Amino acid sequence: MAKLILEKPKGFCDSYERKPGDHGTTHYCPGCGHGNIHKLLAEAVEDLGIQDRTIIISPVGCSVFVYYYFATGNIQVAHGRAPAVATALKRANPHAIVVSYQGDGDLAAIGGNNILQAANRGEHITVIFVNNAIYGMTGGQLAPTSLLGMKTATTPYGRDLLNEGPPMKVVELLSSLDGPTYLERQAIMGNKYIARARKALRNALQCQIDGKGFSMVEILSACPSGWKVDPTDSYAWMEKNMLPHFQLGVTKDVRAEREPFFRTFKTLSAAEIVEQLDLAVPEPKHFPSKLQKTGYGDPSIKLAGFGGQGILSAGAMLANAGMEQGLQTSWIPSYGPEMRGGTAYCFVNLSERPIGSPTVSHPDVLMAFNRPSLEKFEPDVKPGGLLMYDSTIIDVKPKRGDIEILAVPATQMADDLGNTRMANTIMVGVYVAHTGIMSPAAIEQTLPLAIKRKNLVDANKKALRAGVDFAATL
Amino acid sequence: MAKEFIKGNEAIVKAALLAGCRSYYGYPITPASEIAHAAAKYFPRVSRTFLQAESEIASIQMVYGASASGERTMTASSGPGISLKQEGLSYLAGSELPCVVVNIMRGGPGLGNISPAQGDYNQIVKGGGHGDYKVIVLAPNGAQEMCDLTMLAFDLADKWRNPVILLADGFIGQMMEPVEFPAPVGDLPAKPWALTGEKISRNNLINSIYLDNDELEAHVGHLAEKYARITEAEVRFEAYHADDAELVLVGYGIVSRIIRTVVDQAREAGLKVGLLRPITLFPFPTRKIGELCESAAGFLAVEMSTGQMVDDVRLAVNGRLPVHFFSRTGGNVPTVEEIFDVVRQHLSAAQPV
Repeated sequence: MAKLILEKPKGFCDSYERKPGDHGTTHYCPGCGHGNIHKLLAEAVEDLGIQDRTIIISPVGCSVFVYYYFATGNIQVAHGRAPAVATALKRANPHAIVVSYQGDGDLAAIGGNNILQAANRGEHITVIFVNNAIYGMTGGQLAPTSLLGMKTATTPYGRDLLNEGPPMKVVELLSSLDGPTYLERQAIMGNKYIARARKALRNALQCQIDGKGFSMVEILSACPSGWKVDPTDSYAWMEKNMLPHFQLGVTKDVRAEREPFFRTFKTLSAAEIVEQLDLAVPEPKHFPSKLQKTGYGDPSIKLAGFGGQGILSAGAMLANAGMEQGLQTSWIPSYGPEMRGGTAYCFVNLSERPIGSPTVSHPDVLMAFNRPSLEKFEPDVKPGGLLMYDSTIIDVKPKRGDIEILAVPATQMADDLGNTRMANTIMVGVYVAHTGIMSPAAIEQTLPLAIKRKNLVDANKKALRAGVDFAATL
Repeated sequence: MAKEFIKGNEAIVKAALLAGCRSYYGYPITPASEIAHAAAKYFPRVSRTFLQAESEIASIQMVYGASASGERTMTASSGPGISLKQEGLSYLAGSELPCVVVNIMRGGPGLGNISPAQGDYNQIVKGGGHGDYKVIVLAPNGAQEMCDLTMLAFDLADKWRNPVILLADGFIGQMMEPVEFPAPVGDLPAKPWALTGEKISRNNLINSIYLDNDELEAHVGHLAEKYARITEAEVRFEAYHADDAELVLVGYGIVSRIIRTVVDQAREAGLKVGLLRPITLFPFPTRKIGELCESAAGFLAVEMSTGQMVDDVRLAVNGRLPVHFFSRTGGNVPTVEEIFDVVRQHLSAAQPV
């Protein structure tokens, strides 16, 4: 009976059905290092018992078709972006073993920042970085790892230190970061070297299995086609040209120091989600109101002053309370070119009907908190509208005769209450009491939503009442 | 649930979480940053993933990875960032991966400014990345729709295995309005195509490369057929006083709010003016515009661009009626008054008094 002594690693597909044409061979050139590296990975996936959990990322480059060969989960990604894709795949599936397989153009050139940042975040992924010092797939162009003097399709006179700079040493670069756990460089250059690469690759995968963080193996690999070297001479070429620049060995290994970490997620109930999203709020109380005259209804209100006077929050007080009283409301801060010049303003609409345009050229109500706002916006108020202004700090009088004008010494009143920054709340109090658009109790109910500093809520309630009392004197 | 008075940008985040979105990968940019801020606050609270990526490019690729895992995922940005995401969007569409991308449009081109604009219409609706693909585009016009259309976006993305873009502007993003949030969605349908790191998904492949010409032609044909079905099934619009209007105003996003007021004022003045608001920009309400050609005398497209959506109106009208155009750009929002003036001009030209 025949005895099986050698078989294809189970990490490989039996037949490469995804590959067009012949399903029994690879698409790689004679002498290419990818085949050996694939085999090391396929064997490791089988031996480490992680085949069902493994997701391998096919990059752009000669290894774009990694997914032809591996009997694992597979995903093909954009040029250089494998570490970003791997980041999210792993975070979504902490149980998966995510392997980013990348070449030197993909990883070190176009994807340079992605590998740097993923390594620095200590993503729990394993990167296999195949360094053959050249772009293979696109026809033998310069890579960041191409050697000085090396002639490529885009360095026909040789890589020039003063033009392209020196070849990039990637594992050394990443080793300077605190994030990664395990970094090693090995080579596919004959059996002795392959055995070391095999061990390095398994260490890197085990690092991920053990929850120890980011691991990467840079593997020097032959590209006889790109180098224009006979495959039988390629190992000698590597020995002579690559090894002097790219030293083999471990450049970083802090596995022993790292505590295992496995990301977990909680499943929240619907009620917990609502609670956590701050949506579990009690039904508001309704407070009856009575408009003093119909002209005060459905107002569009412009509030304007200096930044820091609480203009935006005064607007939010009105809109928030209006919503709770069943009105349609909108609030929009000064936005766009009109932000220039230090004037802050916002628009508030309170309406019984759906609100169309949230801003209008001619507001029904203007609350002016400083002189530039009064001078700039007074002409815009709709005829028959209402202008309220802080008469403490505005030392000129409005000019219009066709609108109702209320001078409110809001800043003086706020100072009397001990906090000059409550002039905004006072003005709101005067407005709601004078017009009857809402009950002051409605404003009071939602004050905590507009006042960020909780210790000031009670003081603002006093300010609101001061405004209401002032309105009664008008 | 009770209503919350909330910024459109923040409503997106709560809606996404209620829709079962499990991850947010973003990068800061004005005027979309509040989305990232709110996501950073709320995603961890419900045990979901928030990560600020190293770049716009990385963030869309993280979305690619998260989507491949089968989870609902999103990112958000504004014009300059959306440009950087176009490569990823092409891959997502090519690999048929669902996701939600929010574009809070600002002024362009280049760095432009941070004011509201609508100059990204062509990029988003016509496909800003390489290759033959389409994304579903939803155009909210207020905070409630920032919520509702975000939730719809996740459903459509899964239903069609396609990216869905929420195309809003800085105005809609910054504005606060009452929003009534729905209850969280329950269990979502399984995605048997996803990569989950389990035995059951071991034979799955997420991929957009088809080296064989005929295979790629078949794939592109499959996508085109899908887009045709989306065009049949998913058109959404709002028609307001449109059916008896002589002049139909067409606008989306913040512009639609302003022209709604124009329509109200015009009707009060006895002018037969209506509004057609596309809610889906792809698919565009082409058929509805065709129907309105039977009753209307002309169209007026209003945009905050030099004329992008108006081309789709012209295609739908197909030469049957005049299509007028009015725009403001540079971050300026057209006013009710200036649009009304244009409306009067076109109505008086059509019907000499």
